[in-house]
Amino acid sequence: MFQIYPFGDSGLSIRFGKTISSKTNQYIRSFSMLLREENTQGIVEWIPTFTSITIIYDSSILSYHELKKRMTILLKKLVQMKLPSAQLHIIPTCYEEEYAPDLSYVAKFNGLSKDEVIAIHTQPYYLIYMIGFTPGFPYLGGMSKRIATPRLSKPRMNTPAGSVGIAGEQTGIYPLASPGGWQIIGRTPLKLFDPTNEHPFLLEAGNFIKFVQVDSSDYRKLEKEVEKGTYSYIIRDY
Amino acid sequence: MIHCELFRIIKPGLSTTVQDLGRFGYQRYGVGVSGAMDSYALQIANILVGNDRNASVLEITQGGLEIQILQDCVIALTGADFSAQIDAQHFPMWKSLRAKAGQLLSFGQPKYGMYTYLAVAGGIDVPVVMGSRSTYMRANLGGFHGRALKKNDVILGRSIDYSNKKFISKRVPPMFLPNYQTERKIRVIVGPDLLHFTKEAIQTFLSEEFELTTTSDRMGYRLKGPTLGHMDGRADILSDAIMPGTIQVPGNGDPIILLADRQTTGGFPRIATVITVDLPYVVQRRPGEQLSFEAVTVEEAQKLYREKEKFIKASNILRNSYS
Repeated sequence: MFQIYPFGDSGLSIRFGKTISSKTNQYIRSFSMLLREENTQGIVEWIPTFTSITIIYDSSILSYHELKKRMTILLKKLVQMKLPSAQLHIIPTCYEEEYAPDLSYVAKFNGLSKDEVIAIHTQPYYLIYMIGFTPGFPYLGGMSKRIATPRLSKPRMNTPAGSVGIAGEQTGIYPLASPGGWQIIGRTPLKLFDPTNEHPFLLEAGNFIKFVQVDSSDYRKLEKEVEKGTYSYIIRDY
Repeated sequence: MIHCELFRIIKPGLSTTVQDLGRFGYQRYGVGVSGAMDSYALQIANILVGNDRNASVLEITQGGLEIQILQDCVIALTGADFSAQIDAQHFPMWKSLRAKAGQLLSFGQPKYGMYTYLAVAGGIDVPVVMGSRSTYMRANLGGFHGRALKKNDVILGRSIDYSNKKFISKRVPPMFLPNYQTERKIRVIVGPDLLHFTKEAIQTFLSEEFELTTTSDRMGYRLKGPTLGHMDGRADILSDAIMPGTIQVPGNGDPIILLADRQTTGGFPRIATVITVDLPYVVQRRPGEQLSFEAVTVEEAQKLYREKEKFIKASNILRNSYS
C-alpha cells in the first residue's frame, strides 16, 4: 500500500497516498515521528509533502538498498502504531482595515458581509498539510469554499510578515515579508519564523491551527509581547 | 583566534556571495539548502588552504570581482577560470598560494565555467545561522547580511600568525581536476514522475540536445530544445519534494534544472535528477552551451559518489599549506 522509490542518488521517497487527505497526512506525521525516534545514521533530513515523505541521505554511509530495507521494516511498524495526538496552535488575528486591505473585496466577491467572512474564516480547525514555498509557510486544508477568492490580478510587491490571506480555495499566513498575490484579510502578531530562535519555526506539518479574532489594540499589545519574548503561545492537544 | 579584516570589495562583480556546503535540517520547514553551486570545487578550495571542507568561501559569478587583500593570507581559487590576477600577475587555479596585505585580486577574460570559489585559510568569518554560513538570498538569511557583496564591504577572517611557519604550496593531482570543458553527457536518474510524460518525451529527453538559456541563475537553469510533452496534458503534480539537480518540466515543455537556491517543493512533474558527481558539470555550463542527458542506475550513481567521497577524504593529506 505504500510505495518506495529512489529520487536522484541522495533521495528516497515514500508515497502514502494519491490525493490530499487527512488520513494520508496522519500516516506522514506518524512516519516522521518514527524517523525521529529511529535516528538512523546517514539520514540527513526529510521533507514531508501532501502525499509523500522524501528522505535525504548520504549514500557514502547508507546505500539506496540498505535504506529501502530499513524503511520497509519501519513502514510495518507504522500500520500498528497508535497515532500520537496533534497540536493545535491558536493564531490571534486582527481583521481590521489597516491589516486587511482585501477583506472588503473578498466579502463583495462572495456576496457576504465582512463580519460573515471573519466568522467563516475563524470557524475551522485548519490542518497543516505541509510547509513550503517560503520558510515556515503553511499549506492549510479546511477552508470553506464560501470565502474562496481568486488571487490578486496584480501581485503586491510587499506583503508584511504575519499577513493572513486567501488564494483560491486555500488560506495561509506569510511568515516573512515578501511579494505575493494572496488576498489579505488580516494579520497575526505572532512570528511564524524567527531565525535567531533555537526553534526557529512555530508550526509543523501535521498540526492544526485556529484563527481567533482580536481587535487592533489587542493586536498591538500582543505584538509588543512577542517582541519582548513574554507572549505565551497557546498550544493544545487536538 | 583573532578576527581580522581580510578583504575589501572594490568591485562586487555580477554576484558574489558567502557559501558553504549548505543549510540542512530545515527543508521540512520550507528553508532551502543554498550552499555552493559547485560543491566539489568548494570542498577542494577549502582543502587546499587547510580548512575543513565545509568552511565558508566566496562564490564568484562570472568573474568581475575585484578585491583588496587587507591581511597576509593563504588563498586558493577553484571552479570557473576567469583569468585571475594578483597585482596584474597571473594567479593559477587549483593551487594554494600566499597573498600579501595591499595586493589586488582581480579577474579578466573568461576561459571556462560560471562559478569560481575563493577559499582563505581560516575561512570567511560570518555568523552561523541555523547551522550554516551560506547566503539564502530568498529570505535574506545567512552569509554576509543575507545578501550579495557590495562595493566597500569589508570581509572578516581569522588572523593566523605565519611568521615562523614554512609555506608549502599545495595542488590537486591532475586526475582529480574536473574537466568542465569536455562535451560529456550529463548522467541522470529518471523519475519519479515518468507517468506524467509521453514515451516520446522521455526518449527525446534522453537523446536530444538542450541549450542553456540566459534566464538561468542559482535557483535553476532553464533549457530550450525539443518540447517535452506531458501525458494527457498533465503538467501539474501535488506540490512535492525537489532534490539538487531535479529536472522539472512545466506546461510549456521546457525543462528546468533546479540548483542550489531551489525551493524545497514544487508543482511540476519531475522527469529526472542529475547525479551528484555530475552537478559541477551542469552548473559550470554557460548560457548558449548545449546539454544532453543519459540515464544511469542508482547503484552506478552511488558508486561514483562513494569514489569521489573517498578521494575528498583522502585528500586531507593536501591540508596544511604551512607546516
